Amino acid sequence: MRVNIEWLRDWVKFDLEPAQLAERLTVAGLEVDSVEAAAPDFEGPVVAEITAVEPHPDADRLVVCNVNDGRKQHVVVCGAPNATSGLRVPFAPVGALLPGGVKIGRAKLRGVSSDGMLCSEKDLGLSEASDGLFELPNDAPLGQLIREHLQLDDAILDIDLTPNRGDCFSVLGIAREIAATQGLKLETLASSPVAAQSSDTLNVKLEANAGCPRFVGRIVRGISNTATSPVWLTERLRRAGLRPIHPVVDVTNYVMLELGQPLHSYDERKIDTRIVVRLARKGEKLTLLDGREINIDADVMVIADKAGAIGIAGIMGGQRTAVDAKTQDIFLEAAYFSPPAIAGRARRFGLHTDASMRFERGVDPEHQARAIERATELLLDIVGGEPGPCVETKLPEHLAANKPILLRHERLQALLGLDVSAENVERILKILAMDVKRKRNGWRVTPPGYRFDLRIEEDLVEEVARMIGYDNIPITPELSKVHLGTVTESRVPEERLADLLAARGYSEIISYSFVDEELENAINPGAPTAKLVNPISKDLSVMRRSLWPGLLTTARLNLSRQLSRMRLFEIGGQFSVVASKIEETPVLAGLVAGSRWPEHWDFAATGVDFFDVKADIEAIFQITGRLDEIRFSPAEHPALRPGQTARIQLAGEDIGWLGSLHPVLEHRLELRTNVILFALRLEQTLQSTLPNFRAYSKFPSVRRDLALLVEENVSVDQIIETVRENAGDVLQNVVIFDVYRGEGIDSGQKSVALGLILQDTSRTLTDADADRTVSSVTEHLGRVLGATIRT
Amino acid sequence: MNQTAQLLNQARDAVEGTTTLDELDAVRVKYLGRKGLLTVRLKELGGLSADERPAAGQIINEAKQALTAAIKTRRNVLEKERIQATLQADGLDVSLPGRGHVSGTLHPVTRTLRRMLRIFAHAGFEVHTGPEVEDEYYNFTALNIPKDHPARAMHDTFYLESGLLLRTHTSPVQIRAMEKHGVPIRLIAPGRAYRCDSDLTHTPMFTQVEVLTVDRGISFANLKSFTYEFLSSFFEREVELRFRPSYFPFTEPSAEVDVLSESGRWLEILGCGMVHPKVLKNVGVDPEEYTGYALGFGVERLAMLRYGVDDLRLFFENDIRFLEQFR
Repeated sequence: MRVNIEWLRDWVKFDLEPAQLAERLTVAGLEVDSVEAAAPDFEGPVVAEITAVEPHPDADRLVVCNVNDGRKQHVVVCGAPNATSGLRVPFAPVGALLPGGVKIGRAKLRGVSSDGMLCSEKDLGLSEASDGLFELPNDAPLGQLIREHLQLDDAILDIDLTPNRGDCFSVLGIAREIAATQGLKLETLASSPVAAQSSDTLNVKLEANAGCPRFVGRIVRGISNTATSPVWLTERLRRAGLRPIHPVVDVTNYVMLELGQPLHSYDERKIDTRIVVRLARKGEKLTLLDGREINIDADVMVIADKAGAIGIAGIMGGQRTAVDAKTQDIFLEAAYFSPPAIAGRARRFGLHTDASMRFERGVDPEHQARAIERATELLLDIVGGEPGPCVETKLPEHLAANKPILLRHERLQALLGLDVSAENVERILKILAMDVKRKRNGWRVTPPGYRFDLRIEEDLVEEVARMIGYDNIPITPELSKVHLGTVTESRVPEERLADLLAARGYSEIISYSFVDEELENAINPGAPTAKLVNPISKDLSVMRRSLWPGLLTTARLNLSRQLSRMRLFEIGGQFSVVASKIEETPVLAGLVAGSRWPEHWDFAATGVDFFDVKADIEAIFQITGRLDEIRFSPAEHPALRPGQTARIQLAGEDIGWLGSLHPVLEHRLELRTNVILFALRLEQTLQSTLPNFRAYSKFPSVRRDLALLVEENVSVDQIIETVRENAGDVLQNVVIFDVYRGEGIDSGQKSVALGLILQDTSRTLTDADADRTVSSVTEHLGRVLGATIRT
Repeated sequence: MNQTAQLLNQARDAVEGTTTLDELDAVRVKYLGRKGLLTVRLKELGGLSADERPAAGQIINEAKQALTAAIKTRRNVLEKERIQATLQADGLDVSLPGRGHVSGTLHPVTRTLRRMLRIFAHAGFEVHTGPEVEDEYYNFTALNIPKDHPARAMHDTFYLESGLLLRTHTSPVQIRAMEKHGVPIRLIAPGRAYRCDSDLTHTPMFTQVEVLTVDRGISFANLKSFTYEFLSSFFEREVELRFRPSYFPFTEPSAEVDVLSESGRWLEILGCGMVHPKVLKNVGVDPEEYTGYALGFGVERLAMLRYGVDDLRLFFENDIRFLEQFR
């Protein structure tokens, strides 16, 4: 909320610079976002009167004015449509400095010399746009500096109110805080009740029980519809961020800003017979002030007349009874609508009004008549008219006062970790206008009606703490209690995987968990997605079912920025829909594209392929000690290239994928480079085996190499498995050192070269031992896989 | 005799004249080999009388020793020369770049998060995690944010079609953890959180760390001490902080904490407070017996302050030129 210093000073006489005040309010819990000057710097403009207006001899759009600034007459050429004799306006004489450093000099406009300039609000930096000269009151003292006249050497505080402090949503509320925290007196500024000049009233019925237990109304007849709001009032509105609309509306806005009580004004002649406050009827419709027609739900309160709803209570009025330029008789409303009856309703209609913000946080339930009196007083001054009596309608049984709260002295001290005397606590509570009764171990405290945020003991503890100042609460370390948590070793910390990949040249990314629906469906067509009801944009509208959309989008972005080699990984959740339930699974996924190595003087620029990335995945399972349990088997995935796709299994369970990006997707995303993708379910991947030491042989090992001819469809996994099953305990390791196709090999076959590392733990192996093992192996390879030894 | 001396001189010249180890070896064979010129002379001693033999033999042996020594010396020289030549041929331009993978990078959020978790681990906090797709109860109700409460407007929430929502903070984890493990408890809940907000200073997803301590006798003074210690440790300097009253439905009293930057400005850094008694009651803990504090950090915010990043959105754009600045 925006509030200006000069208005606050009406209510509390503080002696602080704006920046100091901002600091004090901030540490008391009213965060001041900014302190702005009420007007930009300018110097020289004074109040002057146009005493005569003559047409310009040589220009249709200009006039020549005689201007009196109280000391002498000036001739000023002016182009404003509202330049009329008798009008008082700001006059910038020669030598004046306008905002933005514009210096006024003597000028000749189409042959007529001008002694200065008559100013609009825009010229003075008081508004974004103006359609004419700034019209000042007729009694504005001639020659007075405009800055002084409008009290422009003023500052505006922009306060970011937390939702609990509805009581501060007004000049009065903030002044109250200033008075309390600075130990100053709050001015009363009691407006005396305005005597009724007629007995006209409108019948008001309250049917919404606790939703609206108090309603104060007043008729004012015969207002002038030519009057305009005075400058002092529109200036205060402007500084609060409101624009003048209509004198009646300006006055109700003014009172709302000042006292925090929203008011509504109706064109009394448009109200049919009487007013009822009630819940909306099923199917009830209303055309709002802004012209929109809405359907009102049955849990929303309305103000209605005999013909139906004329406003949503506490949120916005209806068009049918709105005040307009022809209005002569008005009906003023100041009601107490309770927070539960208003909360959330405005949002439902896409509204966020000054009134709804205040009612849903809570306005002072005692303040309605005061607001009506204040508004009447201002209206009589500005638009005149004949007021009827101020009529209060209430439901006493629903006007519950705040309940007393028990505050224990010991609890207060324990919770804050602070010693504070009983006298001090009492003093603070009383400053905050609470009713305090001493009890044996503490106090019975009843907060004032406008404090909706004080309901339990802890709320009072916070009040005491903030008045003492959080900075004055000591800094006390906790007594340490030694507790060693459990640290498992059967799960590798996620950090190790990230470090491993980073050491292998990968960059970690973090991408949004919601992605473009089209891309998501292209990667995984057919499967259901969890859609956001209110996405930020179309390309962030569904929850990702894999991390690949984010990785691919990142790759595309970097490619478009001419960064072509990338190794990326991300760790994060993926969200699939299984039997209409959302399953959230943490995943490690990666994307590799471009050349295998960074451009290098000794490496040919070859593109990265499946096996480069497979090595990275294998390295992960070396860390977890489960490489033996990992299988890569040929499979199909809609996002991956057939023939270059592997399903990854750990101990027989599917845990991930590795493969080249499908050419169709590559084309669609315009990647124009080779892309390898992988994904691993994180939890399974992290499960590790504890190292279990095995003694190694001190006898020499023997290596025997075999070149096998096998059919293409025989996998290396099958070969190794057959070797392992038949080589006996002496087999330490099998390495594949060549795979060859082409000349000398029949098509449909391949040659696979294996090295068998043999070693015994108790003796040196003889050639005969090795031969026996090799022949057993080759025999089985032949029998099981149809392999022949290539010589 | 003269002949032997002559032979030795001749051999010495030959040794000095060699330029390779092979040539030297040939000289050795020529004079000292089984049929070498000096060796042969020794065999010829048999033709001398028994009186002459020892002296002649000695002369020849001395000549052989002298030559052997000369060859050894020459071999050392030649060997050195050979190594020298090899070294020269094998010289590298050591300024050429190395071969293999270059170091990859860890995201600055990860880097910051790790640092935070390491500091918290010192104080005995355990990491807890929870789902990112939450329900109204855990995200709001259990945290004392009833439906239609204006505080919900502070949390612009993403809803899913199923009625579930994306958690707006990691605070639901404190509810789940206390339900499961009870109190006393010291936990940190790092993770992604989501708010339907996107501008210069807000991204629709961000990383949050929630800290919770619940035990007997925990006070606001303890919360202040913890905050000072953590931030001083994190920034590696004695930080100056400003605690100011604020409002969070799940803490009372509540505070926002500003840190004084090196340029003398107060920068908002975290929200915290004493756990609201309703929150404790919601998980079956007696607030008369136990009290606690909670803090919520934005990890990106800390990363921005620590590493001088001036645009929040960069964290989620993943431009390699950004990522490469954090190893």
